[in-house]
Amino acid sequence: MRAQFVLSEIRVGLRRNLTMTFAVIISVALSLALFGGSLLMSDQVNQMKGYWYDKVNVSIFLCNKGDAESDPNCAKGPVTEEQKKQILADLHKMSVVEKVQHESQDEAYKHYKEQFGDSPLASSLTPDQLQESFRIKLKDPEKYQVIATAFNGRPGVQSVQDQKGVLDNLFRLLGYLNWAAGAVMAVMLVVALLLIVNTVRVSAFSRRRETGIMRLVGASGFYIQAPFIMEAAVAGLIGGGIACVFLAGGQYFVIDHGIALSDKLQLINFIGWDAVLKKLPLILAVSVVMPGLAAFVALRKYLKV
Amino acid sequence: MIRFDNVSKVYPKQTRPALRDVSLEVERGEFVFLVGSSGSGKSTFLRLILREERASHGQVHVLGKDLGRVSNWKVPQIRRQLGTVFQDFRLLPNKTVGENVAFAQEVIGKSRGEIRKSVPQVLDLVGLGGKDERMPGELSGGEQQRVAIARAFVNRPKLLIADEPTGNLDPQTSVGIMKLLDRINRTGTTVVMATHDQNIVDQMRKRVIELEKGRLVRDQARGVYGYQH
Repeated sequence: MRAQFVLSEIRVGLRRNLTMTFAVIISVALSLALFGGSLLMSDQVNQMKGYWYDKVNVSIFLCNKGDAESDPNCAKGPVTEEQKKQILADLHKMSVVEKVQHESQDEAYKHYKEQFGDSPLASSLTPDQLQESFRIKLKDPEKYQVIATAFNGRPGVQSVQDQKGVLDNLFRLLGYLNWAAGAVMAVMLVVALLLIVNTVRVSAFSRRRETGIMRLVGASGFYIQAPFIMEAAVAGLIGGGIACVFLAGGQYFVIDHGIALSDKLQLINFIGWDAVLKKLPLILAVSVVMPGLAAFVALRKYLKV
Repeated sequence: MIRFDNVSKVYPKQTRPALRDVSLEVERGEFVFLVGSSGSGKSTFLRLILREERASHGQVHVLGKDLGRVSNWKVPQIRRQLGTVFQDFRLLPNKTVGENVAFAQEVIGKSRGEIRKSVPQVLDLVGLGGKDERMPGELSGGEQQRVAIARAFVNRPKLLIADEPTGNLDPQTSVGIMKLLDRINRTGTTVVMATHDQNIVDQMRKRVIELEKGRLVRDQARGVYGYQH
């Protein structure tokens, strides 16, 4: 195989179908940018889950004196030592529970002070206004409901709270976004593939003289097909390169600088460059292989060998 | 060199066979004219030799290979030993004469040195020495056909297939082309030439195979174009 011959054929072919090549590049770039974006998004969700889920506790808040007057759940008065013992014993009996910590009113006051510091509300607060609680670490954070059904409405229990409930909505939203990106990606991918098939068809037609002669003088099927496949692969690679630039640009301008989400949303632990860089080789590989395969399949139909 | 054993060819969606039960043999070094009116099966005959089509029945042997049993990916190996010339030359208009000839070697992976040596040689052989920088459009029809013959012959095929090579040329130019084909034949290359050119067939006095409606109706050594009715 003479590399120079093939290269010049590819160059000529790409230039001949300039508009079509351009369309292929753009659709490949968009579909792969979305592909990479949705990969990164699921990385982000995993990262956030890792960050929060470690700290998630189911909390059982117990009635204090104030609740006994105002909260219907606590109509039977503040929690008694007997009730606390019973709850603790029951918790230890449950197989989903990994660890139970008791937070007294004093401890709650201390944590509250740590978190909210010198805010006006904190300064007027006294420990006996806060609730005693059991902070429970579960073996499987998804099993929150088991605790909730067991302890909600029990005497002395004001409420059972699942910290991850709030986050679930966020994750669900990100999940939807990911699905939407996936759907758009699928459509763009189909568009890219159709464009490639059409490009190959046009290309095969405009080069039928050459391929006809190649066939007659006994060029191998691979030699005849290689320029077409390489053409698609090169266009795909350019598209893949652009997709990589999009992703790197997204990380740079949206997360690190520019919009700088990482500064504005400091509670969220954003993915770093390592996650982005890890995706790029995959995207480049897909950008070469997928159009190449599409061209190969198209050639079976449009190029007699 | 070529052997047809009871070969029939029926194209899909056609009831009438293009070739019916044709059996014949062409020996190494022969020069054979293939004659017959349009639609008689000449083109199908040539396409079967080139393995552009497969026989519906019977066997086609070319260069000792049963083409019905040759797998698709081995076909190029066989075609490299065949040269092909057409009525419409089929040159690449955007390549020079030299590049057109070199193309046939490039695409089968011949080395640059080999190409540089053999292209001028074969252009000399067809009488176009020194014209390798010209574009096909600048040449006369006869010269273009010589380029096509040079391209067909540059890989030194054992068999040259010519499908009405003089069909677009005036009688005088045709004589020149025939002389060239004769010279190639004398180097030991078998030539099979389909033609409508009565004068040429009558003058050359070579073996004549006549097809009519797909049947072999005449196979005559040192024959003429047609019987006088």
